[in-house]
Amino acid sequence: MSALTAPAPVQPFTLTDEQKALTEMVRDLLGDAASSERVREVMLEHGGFDQSLYDQLVQYGLAGLTISEEHGGAGASFTELSIVFEELGRHLAPVPMLSSSVLGTTAIQVGATPEQQAAWLPGVADGSTRLALAHLDPAGRLDADPGVRAMASGDGFTLDGTAGYVIDGASATHLLVAATTDDGLAIFYLDAEAAGIERRAIDVLDLTRPMATITFSGVEVAADAMFGGNASAALHAALTAGVVMLACEQVGGIQQILSRTTVYARERVQFGRAIGSFQAVKHKLAETLVASESARSAAYHAARMLAAHEIEELRIAAPLAKSYCSDVYEKASGDAIQLHGGIAFTWEHDVHLYFKRAKASKLLFGSPKHHRALLADVLEL
Amino acid sequence: MGNDATTAEREQVNAQIEALFASHPPADTPEKEFWGAQFDHGLAWVQHPEGFGGLGVSPRWQAEVDLRINEAGGSTRNRYMNVLGIGMGAGTIMAHGSEEHQQRFLRPMFTMEEIWCQLFSEPGAGSDLAALATTAKQEGDTWIVNGQKVWTTLGHLAKWGLLVTRTDPDVPKHAGLTYFIVDMEERGVDVRPLYQITGEAEFNEVYFTDTPIPDDMRLGEVGGGWSVAMTTLMNERVAIGGNAAPRGTGAIAGAVEAWQKMHGEDGDAGLRDQLLSHWVEAEAMRLTAVRAKEAAQKGTPGPEGSTAKLQWADLNKAITSFTIDLLGPEGMTYPGGYEFTRPEQTANRDAGPHKSFLRARANSIEGGTSEVMKNILGERVLGLPGEPRVDKNIPWREVPRS
Repeated sequence: MSALTAPAPVQPFTLTDEQKALTEMVRDLLGDAASSERVREVMLEHGGFDQSLYDQLVQYGLAGLTISEEHGGAGASFTELSIVFEELGRHLAPVPMLSSSVLGTTAIQVGATPEQQAAWLPGVADGSTRLALAHLDPAGRLDADPGVRAMASGDGFTLDGTAGYVIDGASATHLLVAATTDDGLAIFYLDAEAAGIERRAIDVLDLTRPMATITFSGVEVAADAMFGGNASAALHAALTAGVVMLACEQVGGIQQILSRTTVYARERVQFGRAIGSFQAVKHKLAETLVASESARSAAYHAARMLAAHEIEELRIAAPLAKSYCSDVYEKASGDAIQLHGGIAFTWEHDVHLYFKRAKASKLLFGSPKHHRALLADVLEL
Repeated sequence: MGNDATTAEREQVNAQIEALFASHPPADTPEKEFWGAQFDHGLAWVQHPEGFGGLGVSPRWQAEVDLRINEAGGSTRNRYMNVLGIGMGAGTIMAHGSEEHQQRFLRPMFTMEEIWCQLFSEPGAGSDLAALATTAKQEGDTWIVNGQKVWTTLGHLAKWGLLVTRTDPDVPKHAGLTYFIVDMEERGVDVRPLYQITGEAEFNEVYFTDTPIPDDMRLGEVGGGWSVAMTTLMNERVAIGGNAAPRGTGAIAGAVEAWQKMHGEDGDAGLRDQLLSHWVEAEAMRLTAVRAKEAAQKGTPGPEGSTAKLQWADLNKAITSFTIDLLGPEGMTYPGGYEFTRPEQTANRDAGPHKSFLRARANSIEGGTSEVMKNILGERVLGLPGEPRVDKNIPWREVPRS
């Protein structure tokens, strides 16, 4: 049966009591620690990495949420992590969760040997290790080979080349570097401060998600730094998880934008009336509400398929969620600027932070069009 | 609801289903007889009290009952063949009718021995229903009705109509309305087909000329018709609009079929992306319906339950229009022509791309226009203030009308 006509698997959307408690906890934590003032301070003065907020996330067990208990993590699923991402997205919290707890962690879990996992994952859970995944070429092309090449030398390898668009690349303690070897794709685990590594922050559109260009010049790595398992599978799994968690993060941003604009439309008075009483304003917000609910459904579904290891369904659910949530977020945040009027064009107002997050996250891991093309292939259309 | 109560209700419902199936095997019992027995077992509207087609349990069990009947080879087509009665009239009669009304009307409604129609909209009262102008004047124990109704689904087959009339033009518009059940075979009732955009006539116009209605056919108080009508309409928006159908069904199936037929070879990249955009939104909307259904069943409904009608209407229009584009020159044709027909069902989903394209234009008008739906979402879900009103506190007689 083709994917087009196969019945769709489904997992319950309703949160368990424990998951509801997790939502409340993260919401309380970020409400205090990821205020607009703090996010702005971090993005302007600390290179987009909030060490103190991250320390608190670690303390609450959130950095190692999907890491097994054996390796010091919480042993929870991607459904729980999706809750965290939705809340992070509401606040634009500048912490290396996507880079370290999703991309890095998942790559290690899928592609590293049990010994390597035992050596590398506990550091992520206890906060001493922050991973960044360097897998793209300098131009960030999705279909190109990695920008780094690894040559065998002595007992180990030498890395040369440049990786582009590395999320949290400048602040990470360790890098997972995808490189081409004579035997195909490999992934290496490196100390980010190793000799021969130069990290340059990119001037990014969205200052709350820093990226770096990383150059490797004759960087020596030991043989046991290379993933012992399947590097391609590791990369694919990491990026699938990244796409899905990003969609959940987008849902949080959409919700926040809708709530804030709705409050503004209730309070802002022109022509003697709250502007939200004008249908031209009201209807735009109603349209965002409608789209936000379907974005939520798509993202939640994908997160649950990820949690349930429904690999076949993820080939549909992940690109569906990424393409739909990206488009909705871009539209909602653009409309939010329009509905706020002039105030939203100022630096002081927060809407532009969401507008920039929306645009940058739309393009991260491939555009909606790219994901629709992936989906078309799966559906054989 | 606690788990004990849930378990008790489940057992009660199951026991009645088993008893019904034992005495009236769904696959082998004539429809009308089966539906009668279903009513007598309290499985017609499970939330109704016993004796009125229900068991006094939560309405969420109804889906389970209908599923079991379908699985056992029985039919639940009465629900859409007599949708104005079973879907909307029954709840209204339970909420506002007398026990005599409930005893008299519910069972033959459910067995389809008596078809029902709804007489609300008028040429001058569409979105603004409370502006309606059909009058009812009291003469002793009888009301005399004059006026015109429109968009009356099943009017030509109906025995009974749910009628809202103006009984007092000198009070503000919402206060002067009264609700009746009208006998469609009474004198002075003229039902005419309404020839529509597709060439079919799903709907009717209904003219009333000195039509008498006995006062004991009134639902609710004189002047209390608006709240009775609201009871009916709350059910309508549930009946029209999205449901949790299987993936890839509905309008998007037509677009996929047209794509495969016309572009399976050339694979035009622009059209392909457009097709996928529609597919993605249709699937996201379907997942929202799944989520809304789950939330409703758990008793924790949220905004996801209110957005389906609006999204479905606009998406359905977009997809059916895109499907015609995909057909190219064939999109200029109308297979079968505009020959007049009277479809037996309301919205026919297997009508083919051309008729579906035209029929879809009504989706964002019927059951609440998309503009009105956006007002409702904006005001009731998002809490935005309403527009200032110029018609609320003056007598209906003085409100400007087109």
